[in-house]
Amino acid sequence: MSEQTREKLLEVKDLHVVFGKGKRAFEAIKGVSFDIYKGETFGLVGESGSGKTTIGRAIIRINEVASGEIRYHGERISGKISKELDHEIVHKIQMIFQDPMASLNERAKVDYIVSEGLYNLNTFSSEEERKRIVSKALMDVGLPPEFATRFPHEFSGGQRQRIGIARVLVMQPELIIADEPISALDVSIRAQVLNLLADLQKEYGLTYLFIAHDLSVMRYITNRLAVIHKGRLVELAKTEQLFEHPMHPYTKALLSAIPQPDPLIERKRTVLTYDPACHHYENDPPAWIELEEDHFVLANEEEATEYRKEIEVK
Amino acid sequence: MGFAYDEKILSVKDLEVQFKLRGQALTAIRGVSLDLYKGESLAIVGESGSGKSVFTKTFMGMLDKNGRVTAGEILYKGMDLAKFKKEKDWLKIRGREIAMVFQDPMTSLNPLKTVGKQIQEALEMHQGLKGNAAKQRTIEILSDVGIQEPERRYKQYPHEFSGGMRQRAVIATAIACKPEILICDEPTTALDVTIQAQIIELLRGLQKKHNLTIIYITHDLGVVAKVAGRIAVMYAGDIIEIGTCDEIFYNAKHPYTWALLSSLPQLGIKGEPLYSIKGTPPNLFKKIKGDAFAPRNPQALNIDFLIRPPYFEVSPTHYAKTWLLDPRAPQMEPPDTIKRMMEKWKEAQENV
Repeated sequence: MSEQTREKLLEVKDLHVVFGKGKRAFEAIKGVSFDIYKGETFGLVGESGSGKTTIGRAIIRINEVASGEIRYHGERISGKISKELDHEIVHKIQMIFQDPMASLNERAKVDYIVSEGLYNLNTFSSEEERKRIVSKALMDVGLPPEFATRFPHEFSGGQRQRIGIARVLVMQPELIIADEPISALDVSIRAQVLNLLADLQKEYGLTYLFIAHDLSVMRYITNRLAVIHKGRLVELAKTEQLFEHPMHPYTKALLSAIPQPDPLIERKRTVLTYDPACHHYENDPPAWIELEEDHFVLANEEEATEYRKEIEVK
Repeated sequence: MGFAYDEKILSVKDLEVQFKLRGQALTAIRGVSLDLYKGESLAIVGESGSGKSVFTKTFMGMLDKNGRVTAGEILYKGMDLAKFKKEKDWLKIRGREIAMVFQDPMTSLNPLKTVGKQIQEALEMHQGLKGNAAKQRTIEILSDVGIQEPERRYKQYPHEFSGGMRQRAVIATAIACKPEILICDEPTTALDVTIQAQIIELLRGLQKKHNLTIIYITHDLGVVAKVAGRIAVMYAGDIIEIGTCDEIFYNAKHPYTWALLSSLPQLGIKGEPLYSIKGTPPNLFKKIKGDAFAPRNPQALNIDFLIRPPYFEVSPTHYAKTWLLDPRAPQMEPPDTIKRMMEKWKEAQENV
């Protein structure tokens, strides 16, 4: 993907999501902004409870947006939108869920599970066409079309996740939000699913938003990576840049905590801890600053100066 | 690592475990032998269904009702645990000699009892401590596992604990009776990375302090690289390769170990497809002929389909069950990922 031609597919601007009302209101997302470019794989990492899934759900309009906006192809898709646009969004933005054991209807056949989206939006002209779409999707994910007549319990975890991907593909999406798509799978099957997602991206020019807590997997698959901590993005950069030169102390701590399957590295690794008290934000609140090209960090002026110095040294 | 593997604490010989399922016998463990040494940390890795959990459950008599040890022995302190039939026998071992930490701290604590009471229960039952003495000891253990303000925490219920704290409480229960062997079944899988690091540090600290022998069961090879002294790779109910941590990561010999390491995204090169293992693990209802991994191994030799390979010695600590190590076998190139790991090791050795 060349730098000049990149096109913004999704823009998230100062997004706030609030759960509950009045005294019990909890602000889960506190002003998050990022763009996703067409054709890239964008990663969102954070610990559980940091709000990464909430962002994904806000994009596909499951969670209501309290303030800020989300734009898709430049058009606002958050808040109240027309029915036509809503239909289009359902089509173009799809989601793959974490646990293939839980996300498929146990009582429906694969045929129905895969075509559920088509039924809902009535986008097929005839029964033959629907069948054709379903078998193509199944073949795309590497399953024989005959499997359409079976039930989910007849499949292994990896195959189920493939079915989960097939039901997304029938909608011909542009953006796929994959929420921890491999964390529930076995090590040997993870590779299969990751390869499949990469192949599909090449074939259909898909854009991915990967949501995960496993940083080491993210390094392998994403182009750009955003780190979220307690409802705020703390750092966003190209994946390699983020791994090579993390700036924010939270990112550093998070990176230092990932165990690597390499004993030589493991023996040298020291785990850093993140102490929010290291920031002095009382008088000088932080802002979302672009330190260098494509490298954003949450920092106040004082910290930003420090970070810039650090970058120059490198 | 300078660890002396001299004092055997547990010795498993040709263990076979079968489950009766729908009138058929499923052989979950197919003749496994393993020596466990005092104070070591052994990691057992493998796919789900490879038998890692079943294998260790036999040490504590915790097999499901339809499962039993059909052959082999488990020697521990002069006793053969495989011969144990009565629950009464097991009570001497379970918790007292061998204890277990489970994966999900949410489900292994009783939500209706305070955390303190649950740990105290173990002490009262196994160590005969009572009343205030038991309470004092419980509070000591709580602070031992890094729980702040143990007096206050003693009175709290599991739901008042965070995930990491709960896992600490589970570990506290497990070490309360000073067991010799601690089996940790996926101890950090349900936790966040930062918490995971803390729990691992805690376990390592406790191991040193109490000279514990720890068996880690996990599929997270990152954690394995951090904690393991030795690694046993399981496939289809058998340990197909065993060696020190470095030997498995940097000098693996079995094609299954190669495949397992090559499929890790962390060791892959960005933009290149990952190696993925074709097919599915074998059906354990049927008798397996030859090397269980052969049908999924594109480079399997003819003999792999016929005769089950014995252990071949790679080094005094490193054994693998693969015909590739037979002097008559053709030279087989390991996959690129493995070669990269081997080279990395060589470089590191030269720089020392």
